Amino acid sequence: MYIYDAFDRRLLAERVVDFRDQVSRRLSGELSEEEFKPLRLMNGVYLQLHAYMLRIAIPYGTLSTLQLRKLAEIARKYDRGYGHFTTRQNIQFHWIKLAELPDAMAELAGVGMHGMQTSGNNVRNITTDQWAGVATDEIEDPRVWAELIRQHVTLHPEFSFMPRKFKIAVGASDRDRAALRIHDMALRLHRNAAGETGFEVMVGGGLGRTPYLAQTIKPFLPKRDVLSYVEAVLRTYNQFGRRDNIWKARIKILVHDLGAEAFAREVEAEWQSIKDGALVLEAAIVTDIAGRFRYPDYKKLDDSPAELAAARRNDRVFGVWLSNCVTNHKVPGYAIVTLSLKPEGGTPGDCTAAQMDKLADLADRYSFGEVRVGHEQNLALPHVAQRDLPALWRELDAIGLARTNVNLISDIISCPGLDYCSLANARSIPIAQEITRRFHDLDLQRNLGRLHINISGCINACGHHHVGHIGILGVEKNGEEFYQITLGGKADENATLGALIGPAVPYAQVADVVEDIAAAYLDLRAKPDELFIDTVKRVGVEPFRERVYAAR
Amino acid sequence: MTSPLDQKKIKIAGPVVVTANRVEDGAVVYRSPDGGWTTELGGAAIVIDAGSARTLAEAAAGDDLHAIGPYIAPVKLLPGGNVRPGNLRELIRRGGPTIELPAPLES
Amino acid sequence: MPLVENGQIVQDRYHYVGNEEPIPERVPVIVPAQRFLANADALIRRDGSLGVLWPNDRRIAELAPWLGHLALVALQFPKFRDGRAYSQARLLRETYAFRGTLRATGDVLRDQFHFLIRAGFDSFEVKKPADASAFVQAASRYSVVYQPTADGRVPALRRRVQANQSESADASDAAEG
Repeated sequence: MYIYDAFDRRLLAERVVDFRDQVSRRLSGELSEEEFKPLRLMNGVYLQLHAYMLRIAIPYGTLSTLQLRKLAEIARKYDRGYGHFTTRQNIQFHWIKLAELPDAMAELAGVGMHGMQTSGNNVRNITTDQWAGVATDEIEDPRVWAELIRQHVTLHPEFSFMPRKFKIAVGASDRDRAALRIHDMALRLHRNAAGETGFEVMVGGGLGRTPYLAQTIKPFLPKRDVLSYVEAVLRTYNQFGRRDNIWKARIKILVHDLGAEAFAREVEAEWQSIKDGALVLEAAIVTDIAGRFRYPDYKKLDDSPAELAAARRNDRVFGVWLSNCVTNHKVPGYAIVTLSLKPEGGTPGDCTAAQMDKLADLADRYSFGEVRVGHEQNLALPHVAQRDLPALWRELDAIGLARTNVNLISDIISCPGLDYCSLANARSIPIAQEITRRFHDLDLQRNLGRLHINISGCINACGHHHVGHIGILGVEKNGEEFYQITLGGKADENATLGALIGPAVPYAQVADVVEDIAAAYLDLRAKPDELFIDTVKRVGVEPFRERVYAAR
Repeated sequence: MTSPLDQKKIKIAGPVVVTANRVEDGAVVYRSPDGGWTTELGGAAIVIDAGSARTLAEAAAGDDLHAIGPYIAPVKLLPGGNVRPGNLRELIRRGGPTIELPAPLES
Repeated sequence: MPLVENGQIVQDRYHYVGNEEPIPERVPVIVPAQRFLANADALIRRDGSLGVLWPNDRRIAELAPWLGHLALVALQFPKFRDGRAYSQARLLRETYAFRGTLRATGDVLRDQFHFLIRAGFDSFEVKKPADASAFVQAASRYSVVYQPTADGRVPALRRRVQANQSESADASDAAEG
């Protein structure tokens, strides 16, 4: 993972001093809330229903065990003993006190963590997929580029007061595990016909009230140009994005209104004037940053060691875990282990301080001290020796992190919703909990296969419901909670927005509706291994609509 | 539950209070009759017409030293004088999340 | 509204001129954009420093042909959250190499000084007197920057590389010794 150096740490320390002063001026009344609000947002401090919420950035979802233990400590000391992992690879604490925030931030800064730009009209946490650096299908580690861009946009003097927030994702494989096309800007590393590696640049994605998928404005950008091109895009957005209407202020509206080609030309004109200036990424700079990413000292191990085969033979449950939670690693003899944070009846993405501490111990022993956070709100151990899998599994099981529902129907992605969030219209967590109870049977889940449910408690779509196989959006009708259901969304390289199946259904019926949809799928699928999403694509939503609304 | 944060037109359909969040810790508070803030709904100033609600809300908005994001929220008056939150959002704000929180503090 | 330049509160030498009133002779003036563009040829020949107040929703490119004749450009922050003038400032300094005074006007608050300076502003109509007094302290809050701008500060990405190079230079010196 990236190792913060003296420069990075000094900036964080100065940021804490700055914020401590701002909090003090706020509490004394020298700063009004109107003046303070954008400042606290720039540090990731939101006001929610019950308390302030602190959102801490986990750049490209990579955590050291030192950092994970600190998060556990923050949870215990400043919050209520747990944290919530989000759909942008960040972590949130929901019970923070303003007066204690500078101290909490100082502690986080000590381990190279912060809430800078996890909120506000600036460039947010830059995400990749949680298998970056270890996936078998990457052409290189996208996190190096995410880090270069992260530094460039941190406390950027020109782009700290943009029309609206700006979310960037970086990918490096044909399979998109980072939901690139729902981002304001996405950069996909790939090789061109000449074998050179560069970026496909896509802009204008975003969910919410007017969902759009990002469009390609630059099919191939040489690596040396990535910072200047990002600069040109941001400058174009900063100048011409709408500021009159908060619902029309994202870059997706600008791209849609101008048209992708006109937008691309505008960016190109600006880029031409800066592309050979101070932002050229010379090899020495890239090498320096890449060199600060520490990779494990992998041992020379064989794939499929004997211990593994034996354990699989002797223990059926271990075998199930292996096939559900363990993925191939680019280094022979190693594996990537996914940890489901979706227990039956639990809140998707929540993790207790105790679990964090125990996981940190396991990561030290089994994963070279590193943990990953995925936008699906699950965690991963990225460097596990295959021969250690049986022992690791037993230890994970003991702390409730070995549930074999990854990518299955109870592996739900959900925003916090009305139980926490002041923007929400309806609750999302109890909906998720009830669904996990209805589908608690793992055999049933496995029979249904890969099935992504995404739940958002309001149109801001933090649960990414538009791109769920089943999307659930909470709305309010006459003081009651209702839910719109969509089908057929996809967040991968074939990104698609889901289609509404009919009128919104009341709170008490949502889990029933999901059961009806699952039952319909079992009837409609062409064969047992036709995935839910493929059945929806093949037959359309009509047969599902009929089934759901027949009795309602 | 529609976020009432941008109330422009004040329409009163029954008794209301002004509620906000306390500056130092974000706790839910209610504007009290003496121009202060209380965490107890029972101690809140209750008004029943738009004009009074506006006056109460404006006074609250001017007091951002102590509480932020004030808005007008419905309440229900029960026989016997008890006051209850008037919708689900206010129930949740007063009572906390409707779900069990994940961890006992001492783990 | 105090004016801060070179870290101090100073008297404003410039006079703001409206759209209709006569423009005084031989004193520094700031003219609104529309009026300037309508009378540019005459104004640049006028005796006295000339400044233009430029709106944040017009392209700087429109002003570019005249920059060589302008002593001052004033940009606007209608609300501090409206950050368009940061882009305008950088275009002026970095794309068009404007060397005159670049003034920030409008909702100019202490917590933006660091950004404003880096973007190229050197004259500040500060909204609050208390902020004006705290200018120097607020402006020097961050010793590390990550981006190159016209202020010449070396971004961390480059400082590291320079540090690497001087380390290896030292090392090779030591080796030869």
